[in-house]
Amino acid sequence: MNKKMFSVVLAVLMMAVCVSGVFAQDAIKIGGTGPLTGGAAIYGNAVKNGAEIAVEEINALGGLQFELKYEDDAHDAEKAVNAFNALLDWGMQVSMSSVTSKPAEATSELNMEERVFGMTPSASSTAVIDGKDNVLQMCFTDPNQGSASAAYIANNGLAEKVAVIWKNDDVYSKGIYDTFMDGAEEFGLEVVSDTTFADGNDTDFSVQIADAQEKGAELVFLPMYYTPASLILAQADAAGYDPIFFGVDGMDGILTMEGFDASLAEGVILLTPFNADSEDEKTAAFVETYQELFGEVPNQFAADGYDVVYALAEACEAAGITPDMSAEEINDALIETFETFTFNGITGENMTWSEGAVNKDPKGMIIKDGAYVGLD
Amino acid sequence: MKRKNMNKYISFALIIVAYAVMMALSAAGKTTRSMQGMLVPICAYIVMAISLNLTVGILGELSLGHAGFMSMGAFTGTCAAIMLTDSVPSAGLRLGLSMVIGAVFGGIVGFLIGIPVLRLKGDYLAIVTLAFGEIIKSIFNNLYLGFDKYGLHLQLLSEKGIKLEEGGRMLIQGAMGISKIKKISTFTAGFILIILTLFIVYHLVESRYGRAIMAIRDNRIAAESVGVDVTKYKMTAFVISAAMAGAAGALFAQNYSTITANKFDFNTSILILVLVVLGGLGNITGSIISATLLTILPEALRGFATYRMLVYAIVLIVVMLFTNASGTKILIDNIKARFGGNKEEEEQ
Repeated sequence: MNKKMFSVVLAVLMMAVCVSGVFAQDAIKIGGTGPLTGGAAIYGNAVKNGAEIAVEEINALGGLQFELKYEDDAHDAEKAVNAFNALLDWGMQVSMSSVTSKPAEATSELNMEERVFGMTPSASSTAVIDGKDNVLQMCFTDPNQGSASAAYIANNGLAEKVAVIWKNDDVYSKGIYDTFMDGAEEFGLEVVSDTTFADGNDTDFSVQIADAQEKGAELVFLPMYYTPASLILAQADAAGYDPIFFGVDGMDGILTMEGFDASLAEGVILLTPFNADSEDEKTAAFVETYQELFGEVPNQFAADGYDVVYALAEACEAAGITPDMSAEEINDALIETFETFTFNGITGENMTWSEGAVNKDPKGMIIKDGAYVGLD
Repeated sequence: MKRKNMNKYISFALIIVAYAVMMALSAAGKTTRSMQGMLVPICAYIVMAISLNLTVGILGELSLGHAGFMSMGAFTGTCAAIMLTDSVPSAGLRLGLSMVIGAVFGGIVGFLIGIPVLRLKGDYLAIVTLAFGEIIKSIFNNLYLGFDKYGLHLQLLSEKGIKLEEGGRMLIQGAMGISKIKKISTFTAGFILIILTLFIVYHLVESRYGRAIMAIRDNRIAAESVGVDVTKYKMTAFVISAAMAGAAGALFAQNYSTITANKFDFNTSILILVLVVLGGLGNITGSIISATLLTILPEALRGFATYRMLVYAIVLIVVMLFTNASGTKILIDNIKARFGGNKEEEEQ
């Protein structure tokens, strides 16, 4: 048998997996997992890029130093756990949890078990923070987005007859859909068309669009990521149907999507906490740096990543944390600090946290001339 | 006969030695977290690969929906474990029971699928099993199951109609799958499951059933002509394979705090098939080694950062070419000749 050869290969691989232990360091190690490859890669890379900019800026100030490492989880809970373990081996002291919801649900459990403080930029499911004292969210939770959207549509009198197209095998879409429907009932919106799609049949939306059109929906709510949304916009345009399209934060990124005719997104409204066209000094500086380095306008995920690093850095500063402290010591100090901590970032002002969820106001944006413009 | 036995002993020895080494290393605190985190998934994938090898390598029917059985076991086993939390306080026993339940449900579904599927051959069977995997995924994506003191409440498409009494909880929430799973899977449980699987598969292969199954694979008409009941033996192999996949699913799911139906999609079925093909059709030892290596490999390649999956694909191609090259085969045969004695055994 070629057992010998295999044992050699095995040994080599095991050595490769083993990473050496602790050594003296002068920077606090922040680790995060996100989809850097695969279908959701645009989110993972945006967060990573945003976080990198923040770390460089903070380190350049010369105060407390940070080191950032992102590991790929390909939007999969199993791989996210592997990635999280790899980060622990690397010596991660503070965690940025995971970028997407399901992976974050699995890794936040590890945050809790291993007592590593975590703050997720964009994993919006409530299960991420439920029952954990040391995991916070920078983004809104899914339920929050659904009810906020319904309230926004009703309060601004955008439409009375509404259609919803949602993805019934996706946690994110389902979470928002559920609370949107509750909100719609509460605020007196009439949902005339309620249609779904799933992985594998997410390229042809003619049935869903025809249903919404036939039933006279004035507004179509799209709680989904931007890839299917872009197809819906294109196919509705081809069908000569022109309602108001209303999206949530997953829609963010549609303007920079390759091969998408941005003029189709004209007039689309979405709720997002971040506006790249804002006059705000901090936001403008961030957008400029991001464009310089990565050649595109940052989306909300990049801004979330940027804000998480700043929030963690400011909290570390406030708690008097030093790089030689263990992950558990930092964890305890940060839990205490965040109880009373207020943060001003580019995705919101005066943010505070209660039971892991962030308190901040969503902003309504409308796409005009290929850019987001604030509605209020 | 002799070499077949040797293969069997090597399989058992490999598993036992690997288990002992890992336990010793972790007792000595020499293992990294990545390594420890991968132990249970490796065990689950080994069982998956061995069980699929039974269908593909030994029965000779291409199945592209093996992850469907894993999914079945994962969901039923995990639900059972959650419901038994109060009545069976011992985590080990609960895990054992949940694997048994996963295996039973895997087996039942295997039987139901087997009735229409095993009438088909070759490509047709492959396509139907593929469709089956997708159906299972769709069902779990739209299934809502709650549990309270009055028992189970099941509904499709929406959880709106499920009203739970106090103290009840939702088990399966459609696309969100199962959340807040207690992580009770252990390496030792995985090890025991592999040993059991090996025991069952080798026992089957060496028995009268195994000879009949391989006769069907090699020449169906000849087998039928000597009175072998093709449907019965095919069904036996298929159901056993599905049941083992179900147990592996229960083990796998309870290693994480959450699972969704989308985890067990077509890609996972193909991944398991890759494990089997890489290890060699009908070669159980090969399945064990390839399942271990291919689970570790993507993690070991983290150093390549963005190029990781590219390197992974290249390594896969190289390994496939290398193990199939005639030069390597001669080399392996030479090594076999030196150590293994007679070698005119079944080679596929």
